[in-house]
Amino acid sequence: MQEDHLDSVAIVKCIVDDLHSSFAYWLSRQGKVRLTKWYSPYSQKERTKVIRELSGLILTRGPKLCNFVEWRGFKVVYKRYASLYFCMCIDQDDNELEVLEIIHHFVEILDRYFGSVCELDLIFNFHKAYYILDELLIAGELQETSKKTVARLIAAQDSLVETAKEQASSLSTMIAQATK
Amino acid sequence: MLRSLHCLCLLLQCRDMIRAIRACKTAAEERAVVRKECAAIRASVGDNDQDYRHRNLAKLMFIHMLGYPTHFGQMECLKLIAAPGFPEKRMGYLGLMLLLDERQEVLMLVTNSLKQDLNHTNQYIVGLALCALGNICSAEMARDLAPEVERLLQFRDPNIRKKAALCSIRIIKKVPDLAENFINPAASLLKEKHHGVLLTGVQLCTDLCKVSSEALEYFRKKCTEGLVKVLKDVVNSPYAPEYDIAGITDPFLHIRLLRLLRVLGQGDADASDSMNDILAQVATKTESNKNAGNAILYESVATIMSIEDNGGLRVLAINILGRFLSNRDNNIRYVALNMLMKAITVDTQAVQRHRATILECVKDSDASIRRRALELVYLLVNESNVKPLMKELIDYLEVSDQEFKGDLTAKICSIVEKFSKEKIWYIDQMLKVLSEAGNYVKDEVWHALIVVISNASNLHGYTVRSLYKAMQTSGEQETLVRVAVWCIGEYGEMLVNNVGMLDIEEPITVTESDAVDVIEMGSKRHTSNLTTRAMCLVALLKLSCRFPSCSKRINDITVQYKGSLVLELQQRSIEFNSIIEKHQNIRSALVERMPVLDEVAYSGRRAGSLPAAVSTSQVVALNLPNGVAKTTAAPLVDLLGLSSDDIPAPSSSGGDFLQDLLGVDLSPTSPLSGTNQAQKSGTDVLLDLLSIGTPPAQSTSSTPDKLSSSKDSKNSGVLERLSSPTSLQASSPSGGSPVMDLLDGFVHNPAIPEGNGSAYPSVVAFESSTLRIMFDFSKSPGNPQTTLIEANFTNKSPNVYTDFIFQAAVPKFLQLHLDPASSNTLPASGNGSITQKLRVTNSQHGKKSLVMRLRIGYRMNNKDILEEGQINNFPHGL
Repeated sequence: MQEDHLDSVAIVKCIVDDLHSSFAYWLSRQGKVRLTKWYSPYSQKERTKVIRELSGLILTRGPKLCNFVEWRGFKVVYKRYASLYFCMCIDQDDNELEVLEIIHHFVEILDRYFGSVCELDLIFNFHKAYYILDELLIAGELQETSKKTVARLIAAQDSLVETAKEQASSLSTMIAQATK
Repeated sequence: MLRSLHCLCLLLQCRDMIRAIRACKTAAEERAVVRKECAAIRASVGDNDQDYRHRNLAKLMFIHMLGYPTHFGQMECLKLIAAPGFPEKRMGYLGLMLLLDERQEVLMLVTNSLKQDLNHTNQYIVGLALCALGNICSAEMARDLAPEVERLLQFRDPNIRKKAALCSIRIIKKVPDLAENFINPAASLLKEKHHGVLLTGVQLCTDLCKVSSEALEYFRKKCTEGLVKVLKDVVNSPYAPEYDIAGITDPFLHIRLLRLLRVLGQGDADASDSMNDILAQVATKTESNKNAGNAILYESVATIMSIEDNGGLRVLAINILGRFLSNRDNNIRYVALNMLMKAITVDTQAVQRHRATILECVKDSDASIRRRALELVYLLVNESNVKPLMKELIDYLEVSDQEFKGDLTAKICSIVEKFSKEKIWYIDQMLKVLSEAGNYVKDEVWHALIVVISNASNLHGYTVRSLYKAMQTSGEQETLVRVAVWCIGEYGEMLVNNVGMLDIEEPITVTESDAVDVIEMGSKRHTSNLTTRAMCLVALLKLSCRFPSCSKRINDITVQYKGSLVLELQQRSIEFNSIIEKHQNIRSALVERMPVLDEVAYSGRRAGSLPAAVSTSQVVALNLPNGVAKTTAAPLVDLLGLSSDDIPAPSSSGGDFLQDLLGVDLSPTSPLSGTNQAQKSGTDVLLDLLSIGTPPAQSTSSTPDKLSSSKDSKNSGVLERLSSPTSLQASSPSGGSPVMDLLDGFVHNPAIPEGNGSAYPSVVAFESSTLRIMFDFSKSPGNPQTTLIEANFTNKSPNVYTDFIFQAAVPKFLQLHLDPASSNTLPASGNGSITQKLRVTNSQHGKKSLVMRLRIGYRMNNKDILEEGQINNFPHGL
């Protein structure tokens, strides 16, 4: 999986001085995008272009090379976990090593949530992966360093959804019975 | 009813849709599935179907991720957000962040919902709203919602406070004016114990300092001490499993604290002083065997380098970088190089010490590291180390990756240009680069090299010999071939005769035919492109004059291109062939050595500081001998063909013959330039100066008339030389000359005045002690603008004139066409005359009368004579 925070395109840089990561994505080894998150405005067209460019750049790199690629005046930090690459686009001044650590942090949380996460989990539960990412990063900045806290917050919100679902189904059962 | 039933069947579960899409074997299949799904979702949206809104949006997000358009689902997000329940809102906000971006007007509509949700009683809903706001907030939303966010900074739940803090960062970046409202709440976050809040609070303060100097002052005064203490506590904290990474408690917090301290310490000695101890502790005590520890060390080095000077700490930092640089982990070496770039401004000497290691990194197998290292080496080069560094880099050029050669050559060339004190060194280095990686050198680099060579008159011989030698070994490098071909064309005789030997040189024996061999090889290489081949042809033409013994062979080579499919080469071949075969007399003047190229003008043009037209006009302001006009100068650089890409617009370069002759100007217009274009392009009074006329077979207007098209005033300076046909002794006009025999213009034209009773009196157009020219006028019926003039030349001297040429120039509003003269020999003492017909079209007929300048060249007693004059006494009404 690959998560990619892109702070790309120069236009964006002018408007938003330096949002440090403007998108995140995961990419399978075949170059299929599994998740993207943009923290600076990009049109759909730009997004496609950016992802295509970066996929070409990253997927072709050998295994022993460093995890940083320079691209359009930004740096892309990527890390490969099994079949997925996680990428994050950052500014020149950001700490590349720390970003690697953030990616790992994220993967560990996913792993804990899904129970040894695999690519399929992320495909079918892509929205859950997004929820986790939103608990971890806002506007490309790290918001929580405790895996436990993130897990707890996600669990609490999931249970809210479950409760709502149960209520809805019990409601519909009641309606169904009443209308019988 | 039917329709919604239909929808129901189609509305699969999101999970099923994903499965269906994954099962697709081809892109077309996938598109079909997506199209079907989108249609179903659209229908469902149209029906305002409450129950499926949630599922629709989930599907849309997946479809969006695959790159299909999903704009029709945007309103669904808003509806979901406006719904009361948490599940709907959660999905709605996710869709909002995914499908919309801050530029879309739909965002205006969401502001109100956001405001309500920020005030919601359910803290998770508040969290959702804050998260969405932080990720997509626009400037307008920032202004509208800043008070809510500010209030939430003091919310009871820490998880909301941390989200509000990050949201505030986005707000102040969008609207820096709002920063002052956030200073106090941000400062109070620094006292928190909760790591998430502390972390985000520190980030908020850092960003506040960036946008507001007031905030910077405030935090520097009030918070530096506190932050140092917080960092101390974190560094010394006991094992905390919740935050532990590789034995370090919360490295993220470490790094963010260090970053804020960097901002506070920069430019303030007191603040810097107060953090020295803790920085020293972090830099010495942090474990460096794991990535997390290295990340902290890296950040601490950045901080030490940025804050006010403390010698001891700097040494510590440079040592850390030295250790990083020798690390086996590529990531660590990469960041070390990165940081050394920043350190170089602080302490050049310290960085210079690592030069050898850095140079090794240029040769790394990892492109990212190579690039970084190359940038760094570029900064490290100075007067004293340039020579050894250059040697290393050029040596490396031999073995470097293909894809890296472009960058490497660009940097090397830039360094060589920057530090070239001696021209010979510059030329030597450039030749090495061209020999190693000539195929990767950009055009402007070899253009610049030619300009330098042209200016180094004492090195011409040396250079051409070096190039000759290099061609023997590296003939496959395109740009090397070009430069060599150009130089051999220009300085070929120096190559053969070993002119201007330097002490360091070993004499070489090159025969004239060897030199031609090299050029022939260049032109025949299958990889040579059009520019190279064209340059070869020009060089051959030049050599044909310099090495008369090879003239025949050169002609043979040239002729081979007569059948070239490339028009440009074919044209050159035919023209040059004609020059070599039939115009020995003017050839030497044609192929004279190029004048020295103006370095200042060229570099000015390269820098783009001057528009091409302006800068070239500074090159040479040629004053025409006949004083007709001080024309804009000949763009010598263009002539030389150094600019195959930035040629003047077609209208101004109406196929000037000379440019083609000498240059490699491959603009598509030049081969096509016919008379039509040339007529339009006649921008100056010099129109038609050279339209000597063409054989009758060709004089139909449709045939491109190469010579009369060479009216471009820009080149008239050079044309001047061309057109001094001082020695046309033997040029006996060949009767049935081939159509393309361009220079062979003096065919007898038996045309006789039509005898239209002339309504205008004849005038003596020109009279000197030796020559008289009479003009007879007539009008062609039905075309009052056009005047037919028959010029009659009479020799008043007792000697025969040979090689007689009559040339005329008219101002812009006139168009002139010269028919061939009746002869080019004018018998002595008025015993006969030459007639020549001119056709003048006056576009301002009735307003302006004709005016013309003349130039007459001929040969008398083996002496060239040139006469000039102006005719102002045309009858009125022509």
